[in-house]
Amino acid sequence: MTTMPNIELAKATAAEAADEAVTKVVARDVNVYYGDKHALHDVSIDIPEKAVTAFIGPSGCGKSTFLRCINRMNDTIPICRVSGRIEIDGSDIYDRGLDPVQLRAKVGMVFQKPNPFPKSIYENVAYGPRIHGLTSSKADLDEVVTMSLKRAGLYEEVKDRLTSPGTGLSGGQQQRLCIARAIAVNPEVILMDEPCSALDPIATAKIEELIDELRENYTIVIVTHSMQQAARVSQRTAFFHLGKLVEEGSTEQIFTAPQDKRTQDYITGRFG
Amino acid sequence: MVSLFFLLIVAVALAAFAFGRSRGRAFVGGGARLHSLPVYHGLFLATLCVLPMLVALAVWTPLAPRYVEARTLAALPADLAPQNALEQEGRLREARLVALGQFAGTPDPGIAVAADAYSGARTEAEVALLVLGLAGAAAGFAFGRRRLAPDFRARNSFEHVTKVVLIACSGVAILTTVGIVFSVLFETLRFFARYPWYDFLFGLQWSPQTAIRADQVGQSGTFGAVPLFAGTTLIMLIAMMVAGPVGLFAAIYMSEYATPRVRAVAKPVLEVLAGIPTVVFGFFAALTVAPFIKSVGETLGLSVASESALAAGLVMGVMIIPFVSSLSDDVINAVPQSLRDGSYGMGATRSETIKRVVLPAALPGIVSALMLAISRAVGETMIVVMAAGLAGNLTFNPLEAVTTVTVQIKTLLVGDQEFDSAKTLSAFALGFVLFFFTLALNIIALRIVRKYREQYD
Repeated sequence: MTTMPNIELAKATAAEAADEAVTKVVARDVNVYYGDKHALHDVSIDIPEKAVTAFIGPSGCGKSTFLRCINRMNDTIPICRVSGRIEIDGSDIYDRGLDPVQLRAKVGMVFQKPNPFPKSIYENVAYGPRIHGLTSSKADLDEVVTMSLKRAGLYEEVKDRLTSPGTGLSGGQQQRLCIARAIAVNPEVILMDEPCSALDPIATAKIEELIDELRENYTIVIVTHSMQQAARVSQRTAFFHLGKLVEEGSTEQIFTAPQDKRTQDYITGRFG
Repeated sequence: MVSLFFLLIVAVALAAFAFGRSRGRAFVGGGARLHSLPVYHGLFLATLCVLPMLVALAVWTPLAPRYVEARTLAALPADLAPQNALEQEGRLREARLVALGQFAGTPDPGIAVAADAYSGARTEAEVALLVLGLAGAAAGFAFGRRRLAPDFRARNSFEHVTKVVLIACSGVAILTTVGIVFSVLFETLRFFARYPWYDFLFGLQWSPQTAIRADQVGQSGTFGAVPLFAGTTLIMLIAMMVAGPVGLFAAIYMSEYATPRVRAVAKPVLEVLAGIPTVVFGFFAALTVAPFIKSVGETLGLSVASESALAAGLVMGVMIIPFVSSLSDDVINAVPQSLRDGSYGMGATRSETIKRVVLPAALPGIVSALMLAISRAVGETMIVVMAAGLAGNLTFNPLEAVTTVTVQIKTLLVGDQEFDSAKTLSAFALGFVLFFFTLALNIIALRIVRKYREQYD
């Protein structure tokens, strides 16, 4: 038995609570092809509601690809083809009758590099409510913007300069702005694709704290390169390797008692 | 002789380069560690040799002909001494022809003497150039050679030279612009000395025919430029109404909707449109579009001139579509994909993403594409000459014949002209005002962009 890395684990109680939670997203035999390249092989996973699920694995293992299947962002890549079945609340999101635009309002996304629109802070957050017609008056919209910024933990820092450009914020603030933008349309699931990889440790800590708070209201799926981060913020962890889902379970179990040799090698730093 | 001198420059440069490089290599052979590669030692030495030679040539070129002329004229016997500039020209020409052995017949003995002086002076000047050039090169060589050493920063020195060359090149462009502006300005001032500037800028009638004989009627020569600028503006507006939307929408399709394969074919095809000579567009406008508009208009019961602003404007609009579409396509493509992803990730549709995220981010580039197209439209001459007519009507009815600034400039300067009549000088005034017209458009557009742009990093 090799020694486990000395990492702080999420509270065991939280993990147990997550185990009992309702399943939000169900994936069965998902395969993804980029042209001739078979990027993802037969991924099947259950993602629990109101909990943080982390996808870990070495670069190019398909974890981001799978994440982008959950809100059909892969549709925007012309050569990408997805087969299999993904259900959210029991309905197939790849159903012909389903509009991916509607789906993405329900499944928000935060990207690796902060990508605020070149508009004011206010307009960044108001973007989603505006295009979906979520508010009926200016006062409503103001309230949604304020609420979203508060939930993203950014309001206090920017309340005096809502009209200045979002691109003028620091990297960590920009990423929290992107999170505020995502929650402004009141999604049920938030996908985060390595949200801290472009940030410094202090900004990272703030985002991690925020993710932990958001767990109360949203189902969160996070892709991360940092095993410490996965251990800190998630209740469940899935390990991907070479386009396959190797192992999936409670975060505590994955980091203390991995079933698969590859998982164990990865989390002890043998490869990756 | 000068071409020989250029050969000499090349030879000297090569020799100095070879010497410098071999010195650099010798240092390496001697076990020293060089600051710069041997090739930079060569380039440094070659530059030091060539620069004085070029300077010598630059000084010699304007001075030598004067020296030769002065010597030739001084050699003329007193009875042949020229009384005026015309005679002087003639004597010099004869002396030159005699000296070159191209004079037909027997020359005057006095001219023959001058011709001898001419040949002598030329030889002297040429020798002087050679001596000056070689002395300069030798001095440069000696100076450079002493500086060559293993730790000599030949690379940095040569980069200084490169920088100076770059500055000189941009200087050429800037000085040319300034020179053109000033030469036009002075001619304009001469025009305004003959014709009041307020009548030119605010006059409503354009009829530049000035009387040749005093008893001519109706040839008063009024230079009111307003109809011309009105015509230019009208045609520009029509052209932009075609090229603006069509070009922009084509660019949006190309960059956002077209598959890579369609784009690879369609974009070059659209750009071919920019390569069609404007004269071809011109006869297309005059022979196809104008008669078509006339017949359609007559069917609708409108009176349409056979040369109409509409025909010229439409064809010009088609001509500048590629300017708008190609440049806009480039700037739209330059908008980072991450912004689009962010918008799609919020559940925005493709057209919402384009309208609310991509176009605002690309706005500065799109406006400069439109400005470039407008400048082309304002400056375009051929299409308007052929399709819009010459009548200086002050009208905003696109179905009538109008004329533009460029067409009038062309009309004023074609054929035999006296270069001091108000008629000819008015062309410079028109050009000058046109220059300010486009300049003002550009400044306004820059202001607009600065105010509304959404800058992505």
